[in-house]
Amino acid sequence: MSTPSIALPHGSGFLGGLRGGVTSIYMVVVVGSYISIGALGHDLGFPLFWTMLTTLLVWAAPAQVILISALGAGAAPLEIALAVGLSSMRLLPMVVALLPLVRTPKTRTHDVLVTAHFTSISMWIEALRFLPRVPRESRIGFANGLGACLMAAATAATIAGYHLAQTLPGLLVAGLLFLSPMSFLMSAVRNAHFTADWVALVAGLVLAPLLAWYGVGLDLMWTGIIGGVVAYAAQRLHEAFR
Amino acid sequence: MNALGEWAPYAMLILVGFLPNEVWRMLGIVLARGLDEDSQVIVLARATATAILTGVVGKLVIFAPGALAGVSLSVRLGATALGMVAFVMARRSVLAGVVAATLALMAGMLVFGG
Repeated sequence: MSTPSIALPHGSGFLGGLRGGVTSIYMVVVVGSYISIGALGHDLGFPLFWTMLTTLLVWAAPAQVILISALGAGAAPLEIALAVGLSSMRLLPMVVALLPLVRTPKTRTHDVLVTAHFTSISMWIEALRFLPRVPRESRIGFANGLGACLMAAATAATIAGYHLAQTLPGLLVAGLLFLSPMSFLMSAVRNAHFTADWVALVAGLVLAPLLAWYGVGLDLMWTGIIGGVVAYAAQRLHEAFR
Repeated sequence: MNALGEWAPYAMLILVGFLPNEVWRMLGIVLARGLDEDSQVIVLARATATAILTGVVGKLVIFAPGALAGVSLSVRLGATALGMVAFVMARRSVLAGVVAATLALMAGMLVFGG
C-alpha cells in the first residue's frame, strides 16, 4: 500500500474530502454545468424547488437534461424513464470500480449507500485520484465529503442558473457547456496509468461518435462494452508479453 | 393526474427521474460486494467506465447539444486541440487545459461568428 500523503483536518476523512472538493477544478466544472441545468428548468417552466431537487436526487447532469427537457416537452413517462436509465448506465461500472477502494472488512452495505449516491462523473474522477493517498479507514468519509462538496456547489449553481436564465449571453452558455467535456477528457488523460486506461480512453473517443454517426442505438452502452473488453484484453496481452 | 395537482411533477421526478437513475448505483453496490481492490473485475469496470466517459466527450464535441450546436464543428475541434496542447505544455494541468479550451471556443465564436 502506498504511503498516505494527504493530511486530514482534525483527522476527519469527511473534512478532508470537503477540502479536496473545494480546491478541485471540478468545482468550476460542476458550477458551469449546473448553471445551464438551472436555466433549463426555468426556461421550461418548472418550479425552482423542483429543479433543485433534480440535482439532489438524480445528481447526473445528462440524465437531468433528459428528464427536464422531456417532461417539459410532454413526452410519455415510460419513454422518459427509459431514456434516463440508458443515459445513466455508466454509474454502474463507476460504482463497481469505486466501492472496493473505500471499503474495509468492517464496512456494511448501508455504509456505502451515501457514497454510491454521491457517485457522478466528477466525483468519481476526483475520488480515484485522491483516494489512494487517503488512509483506508477514512476513505468513505473522504469520498462522502468530496461528493457533498460538489453536490452543494451544484445545488447553489442550479439556483443561480434558474435566476440568471434570461440574462446569460449565448457565448457564455456555450463556454459553460464546454467545461464538462474538456475536463473529462483531460482528467481521463491525466489519470491514465495502465494500458487498459489508454486503450479505453481512445476507444471511447472514437467508438461513440462513430456508432452515433451510423445511428446505432444505445451507442454509449456499446462503447462501454466494446471499449471496456478491448481495453481489458489489451491489458492482459501487455502483461502476458512483458 | 389532476388529483395530484402541483405534486405531479414531483411524482414524475421520483418515478421517471430518480428511480431509473439510482437503480444503476444500487446495482453497483450489489455487484461490488466481495470484490477486492486488485480484482480483475475492477480493471474491467474501470476500463468500461473510462470508455463511456471519453465516449460522452466525443459525442458532446462532435454532436454538440444546446448552445454548443451553434458553434461550428471546426471551432469545437480546434478549441479541443488547443486545450490539449495547453494541458500538455502546462505539465498535465487540467485547469490550464480547460481554461485554454473554453477561451479558445469563445474566441472562435467571436471571430467566426459561432
